[in-house]
Amino acid sequence: MAHAEAHAEHEQQQHPIKLYLLVWGLLFVLSFFSYMVDYFGLQGFLRWSLILIFMMLKAGLIVAVFMHMAWERLALIYAMLLPPLLVLVFVALMVSESNYVLLTRLAFFGSGP
Amino acid sequence: MSVPLKTHPAESLPRPAGLAGLAADWASDQRTFKNVSWGKAMMWIFLLSDTFIFGCFLLAYMTARMSTTVPWPNPSEVFALEIGGTHMPLILIAIMTFVLISSSGTMAMAVNYGYRRDRRKTAVLMLVTALFGATFVGMQAFEWSKLIEEGVRPWGNPWGAAQFGSTFFMITGFHGTHVTFGVIFLLIVARKVWRGDFDTERRGFFTSRKGRYEIVEITGLYWHFVDLVWVFIFAFFYLW
Repeated sequence: MAHAEAHAEHEQQQHPIKLYLLVWGLLFVLSFFSYMVDYFGLQGFLRWSLILIFMMLKAGLIVAVFMHMAWERLALIYAMLLPPLLVLVFVALMVSESNYVLLTRLAFFGSGP
Repeated sequence: MSVPLKTHPAESLPRPAGLAGLAADWASDQRTFKNVSWGKAMMWIFLLSDTFIFGCFLLAYMTARMSTTVPWPNPSEVFALEIGGTHMPLILIAIMTFVLISSSGTMAMAVNYGYRRDRRKTAVLMLVTALFGATFVGMQAFEWSKLIEEGVRPWGNPWGAAQFGSTFFMITGFHGTHVTFGVIFLLIVARKVWRGDFDTERRGFFTSRKGRYEIVEITGLYWHFVDLVWVFIFAFFYLW
């Protein structure tokens, strides 16, 4: 009895197949585009920005539709999406640290053995 | 004078939406994730911890690549293949990406058919997903053996910065392990679905509890996460 009640309380994630097929197609197209970035050998800022844009779009589609995050309550969405953002703070720390390490290496080993 | 509200104890009150719902859910002094079962919530929390693991790997890779004075090997050339006489940069990785995305698509469909209680289609789609996953691992094994043959080691390689090998084996190795465990997980759940465990309410071997079709969605969450991690590895390690 308790089991049946618990069952009724969980909403099932039921969405039209057409939506999944659309996202599937979009993921293929986006992956193709990001491969083309490498194929045509784009360089510099254009390359990095395109890679990041395609990556974020793909990640967003997978999380929102395939993992059903778009239909969850905000309590779960924020609990899962905000903590990874803190990794960006770590990234900022390590960028500064690696610049320092590179500088030190160049200063001490730059002239070469 | 307020009228006392009469509610049926078995039915839950309507939950507020939006930010008010966020505050209410977290402040309710009860379980926070209201309409999500414990199984799904725990899979999400596990995936969050896994995000940090892969986040730290990619971070270590970034630090190594930014701080080395030796040029980084060009992944576009390292992972190029000669197919029919034409030189294709990064082609194997591109195919692996498409294989993994296809597996994600079949998995999403399996979840859909699972909730429709169509056990044959669910099981077949899960087996197809597992097949794509196994193909991916096979191609990764090919890639590893090719690089090892060319002299890539965790402590050095013929083309540049020594850290290339260690980060490559660490990151793709961990991801490949995740795919392998995902395939095993898929096969176990597909077998249960095929046997009709969730229709006959057969009890689990280890837990002695009745399973539900929701386990297909939970398996799906893990599998899509593996695909998600590959999106980041593809962008940062192979394309950057």
